Amino acid sequence: MTTASGVATKIPKTPLIYNPKVRGIAYQAVLCIIIAFLAWSAVSNAVDNLARAKIASGFGFWDTTAGFDISQTLIEYSTTSTYGRAFWVGLINTLLVAGIGIVLATILGFIVGIARLSKNWLVSRVAGCYVEIIRNLPLLLQLLFWYNAVLKALPGIRESIAIPGGGFLNNRGLFLPQPVFEPAARFALIALLAGVLAAIGYRIWAKRRQSQTGQQSPVLWVTLGLVIALPLAVLALSGFPVQFNYPEAGRFNIRGGVEVLPEFAALLFGLVTYTAAFIAENVRAGILAVAKGQTEAAYSLGLRPGPTLRLVVVPQAMRVIVPPLTNQYLNLTKNSTLAVAIGYPDLVQIFAGTVLNQTGQAVEVIAITMAVYLTISLVTSGLMNLYNRSVAVVER
Amino acid sequence: MTSVVLRLALAAIFGMAASAASAQTLNTIKSRGVLNCGANGTLAGFGLPDSQGRWTGLDVDLCKALAAAIFNDANKIKFVPLTAKDRFTALQSGEVDVLARNTTWTSSRDTSLGLNFTAVNYYDGQGFLVRKALKVNSALELNDAAVCVQQGTTTELNLADFFRANKMKLKTVTFATADEAIKAYDAGRCDAYTTDASGLAGERLRLANVNDHIILPEVISKEPLGATVRHGDDQWFDIVKWTHYAMVNAEELGVTKANVDDQLKSENPDVRRLLGTEGKHGEALGLTNDWAVRIIKNVGNYGESFERNVGQGSQLKIARGLNALWNKGGLQYAPPVR
Repeated sequence: MTTASGVATKIPKTPLIYNPKVRGIAYQAVLCIIIAFLAWSAVSNAVDNLARAKIASGFGFWDTTAGFDISQTLIEYSTTSTYGRAFWVGLINTLLVAGIGIVLATILGFIVGIARLSKNWLVSRVAGCYVEIIRNLPLLLQLLFWYNAVLKALPGIRESIAIPGGGFLNNRGLFLPQPVFEPAARFALIALLAGVLAAIGYRIWAKRRQSQTGQQSPVLWVTLGLVIALPLAVLALSGFPVQFNYPEAGRFNIRGGVEVLPEFAALLFGLVTYTAAFIAENVRAGILAVAKGQTEAAYSLGLRPGPTLRLVVVPQAMRVIVPPLTNQYLNLTKNSTLAVAIGYPDLVQIFAGTVLNQTGQAVEVIAITMAVYLTISLVTSGLMNLYNRSVAVVER
Repeated sequence: MTSVVLRLALAAIFGMAASAASAQTLNTIKSRGVLNCGANGTLAGFGLPDSQGRWTGLDVDLCKALAAAIFNDANKIKFVPLTAKDRFTALQSGEVDVLARNTTWTSSRDTSLGLNFTAVNYYDGQGFLVRKALKVNSALELNDAAVCVQQGTTTELNLADFFRANKMKLKTVTFATADEAIKAYDAGRCDAYTTDASGLAGERLRLANVNDHIILPEVISKEPLGATVRHGDDQWFDIVKWTHYAMVNAEELGVTKANVDDQLKSENPDVRRLLGTEGKHGEALGLTNDWAVRIIKNVGNYGESFERNVGQGSQLKIARGLNALWNKGGLQYAPPVR
């Protein structure tokens, strides 16, 4: 823009402080600095106080000998192992019960949720009663019920129930023969892997064939044959190279074999039944959220109720089911910490219980435990969100 | 700039707080008007409320003696029941002033937990409780047995050490509370139950059929049980320590709850110094000169407390054994008040 004299004048620049973007960044930077300062002063305050009270701090306890025994260890552990090793034992026990619990709770939850929507009056009422009763009782009481009911119901070790095949069932646990594979069983393992890959390949081929020609293939039977029958056949051909380690009754206890603790069983049953009640409600909500028109359209095409549910309703319901389902998985993982009430050696019982008490270092131990549970929860919800995104509706 | 000033101010405040900490506990208790005592809450003979809510036990008597010495009223106490897991955190954080909860004195607890053990008020050892039907006569026959134990205690560690040293296989079943552990033992979940011998006598009474169980003769560890206080307050440490020693000295000198008033007229120099008729030993501790009189009037001497709580006057019927006076064959030895 030129004035009458022909000299160009500059457009006045607004000062940075009036620029909303710059202001926003400045506020956020100040907030970050304040939060960082608070965190740092909290940590250094705690360290100062611990030092002044002459309480040991730092992570040196990780390599100290633990000196106590743990009843269920899936990795090598003895009384001369370190606290760090005890941590890993506890973590694996927690992941074991959480993993199996999530799988079983999902299966049971889906069954109960769909049952509640059944047209059969008895089935839907039974499912409804199950959900209402289990949801409204505190989990700790249910765990104690399962533990005392499981313990008291089973016979003592002298009167063990003998399971055909060489196992025992008593109130110390379920003892099963342990298969010990010899090197020749390698072929069966290769056959198993090959069978799994072949089954996946067959399913892909069968789907393509169906979309092109409309003809269906017996995917279920072929998969079963490839994954189960094929490795068994290879095992038989190589002369069954499997030894069994049978449990034997000793003076006090049963030695040998695979042992399933009653604490583990009680925790698993309690967590699965409790979480399944909540998952059932999520599933019911998801199925009811699918428009009725979908079901009617499927019926009008000639699909029966079973395939309608499986192929039309549930895939659409999954978008509504999956986010609350993630919540229930995280709840199950965190509820497994109640194991301390029934003596199952999970992470909290071993690490935030015994190790904390023996070392006295409450701050470090609780911080590590919280970080572990946070990591497990974030990984679980991350994976579920990935799945959720993959089944999301793609807008055109 | 402001954050630097803030940091310096905080450091100054903490610095002042640190230097004043050495005489703080007694003043805090006096101004509060109540002694916060960490106790067991479930162990017969040591710390247990009865059906009317009155606390009784050997450790409870020590807290009552402290309250009597400070306030001349043994009821100015708030008992905080603590499990084995949270007892140390409660003391470290200041929730309780003294921890009288059958706690074993070990080097690591004395050093890395920031605590001080005052005096041993009960010399104990760890033992095993088994069913008679198992026909076990010695702890060395327990190879491969399942043992129920409470978590986070020296019991757990001693058990593992004993089995390792004797090359026996062990299966532990740990529970958060002694209640759960004894219930599981009674249900047959494990073959043996282990804890301090004094605890075994008490827990055995709670089982369904008391006569079906025996306590094995082996004592596999030293468990000196004593009251604990925090590091950094020497005056409070001395007060708790000398409260116990006053009770032991009283028993040695023959001063009992019944005759303490008559003993005030005694000519025995030791008795005169203990009861404050001569000398200013009570004031040197930070209490009154009749501190020992208050203790004995409210609680009695060590022998009376022992008999009433764990000895022949109780259901446990434990013999004095190691807890007799030094001149009667035991280990209770109090330094002189002079």
